[in-house]
Amino acid sequence: MVDTLLKVEHLNKAYGTKQVLHDINFSVTPGSVTVLLGPSGSGKSTLIRCLNGLEEFQSGQLSFEDQPIKPTPKTWQQLRQKIGMVFQSYDLFPNLTVIDNILLGPLKVQKRSKTEALKQATQLLKEVDLTDYADAFPRQLSGGQKQRIAIVRALALNPEFMLFDEVTASLDPEMVRGVLEVMLNLAKRKMTMLVVTHEMNFAQQIADNVLFLEDGAILEQTPGKQFFTQPQTDRAREFLDSMAF
Amino acid sequence: MAHSGINILFEGRNLTRLLGGLWISAKIAFIAIVLGILLGIILGMLRTLKNPLLRVILRLYLEFFRIVPTVVLLFLFYYILPQNFHINLNAEVVATLVFTLWVAAEMSDIVRSGLISVPRHQVDAGKAIGLTTPQLYRYVLLPQSIQLMIPATINLTTRVIKTTSLLLLISVMDVINVGQQIIEANNQHYQNGAFWIYGFIFILYFILCYPLSVWARYIERKEKLRNNG
Repeated sequence: MVDTLLKVEHLNKAYGTKQVLHDINFSVTPGSVTVLLGPSGSGKSTLIRCLNGLEEFQSGQLSFEDQPIKPTPKTWQQLRQKIGMVFQSYDLFPNLTVIDNILLGPLKVQKRSKTEALKQATQLLKEVDLTDYADAFPRQLSGGQKQRIAIVRALALNPEFMLFDEVTASLDPEMVRGVLEVMLNLAKRKMTMLVVTHEMNFAQQIADNVLFLEDGAILEQTPGKQFFTQPQTDRAREFLDSMAF
Repeated sequence: MAHSGINILFEGRNLTRLLGGLWISAKIAFIAIVLGILLGIILGMLRTLKNPLLRVILRLYLEFFRIVPTVVLLFLFYYILPQNFHINLNAEVVATLVFTLWVAAEMSDIVRSGLISVPRHQVDAGKAIGLTTPQLYRYVLLPQSIQLMIPATINLTTRVIKTTSLLLLISVMDVINVGQQIIEANNQHYQNGAFWIYGFIFILYFILCYPLSVWARYIERKEKLRNNG
């Protein structure tokens, strides 16, 4: 087993002349949960989208399982089978049923057998409590249900690393818990995860490490427990205070 | 009414000849529509890719076929190909070729605007599960935009069918051409032959085009309801 699953070195990104990520460095160990915190517009989403190639960046080196990533479309297409991602707006494919949403990757991208993929999909659906919805279309589901399906769709590829980009931000409050519980279960099973969230209680519970981002730079990298009780920077303390009632 | 004008339709082989002419027009329209739509889908997809050179070339192609009147296109291909390139094609083939290229150009624009109306997020979600670009089009983008493309495509089809009435200009024996010959040949007996022949041709075109136009409207209305729902 490798010591670092993902390593980010000197990552810089700009939109035109506006620099949005400044010299980002961090690494993620297998089985750990990293939570990315920071005020709106600090570059959290941009950063997480760089990690599976949805955003291009100007300079820097990413490595996955100690292998440097050559940022070509082909490499990313391969790697995305190992790096799953779930988005704020669920983004299920409205033209496909729930089960076809889930099976698209395993069958078409990974060319696995239908029987085997279906068996796994059914099991995953059971774990998120949505067995009865296999043949429903996304429009028939609530936000929370859609988001759980989106997580299953990503897990169906057997990823080694999962990216969660504010996955509860557009959910009704009563839907949030179900989705967070799915993520907590994943963490218990030692899935390596990187999570952008504004749910502070959840972050505190799940985080092994916290990256605190402001204006596109990492201000603080601290173990989860310490960050919430003794943040190292004033800026992080202010941020925590502003999030608490 | 010993000498009713409508009889011109039933003199000799007139009716069979007219329907034969219609068959030629319909055949050319049908082949051009099928080939043009297939080619247009491919061109439309290429126009959504990031390659700037490809985009410019395809854009010019579209504008050329859109701006130049169809008659001029027919003449260009009918007279210039044989003279300057020594390619001798018969009139029907030229007509099919011109119509195919025209349909492909218009279709590429319909496909392109349908594809870019699919939210960006869907592209991200597709990429995130490792779909390759062709797979992304095949399973995500095309299925989601086809509903939007259908009404415009049907309207294009009606336009193509109507425009086959220009084919007589490059001497294709289409229904209009046959009709004119019948009118001229029966000039003595049927002074108002033109009225009956063109009236009949009007009905033929109407029968071909009207159902398509109703179908397009039906789909458009259904789509509106679905979006409201």
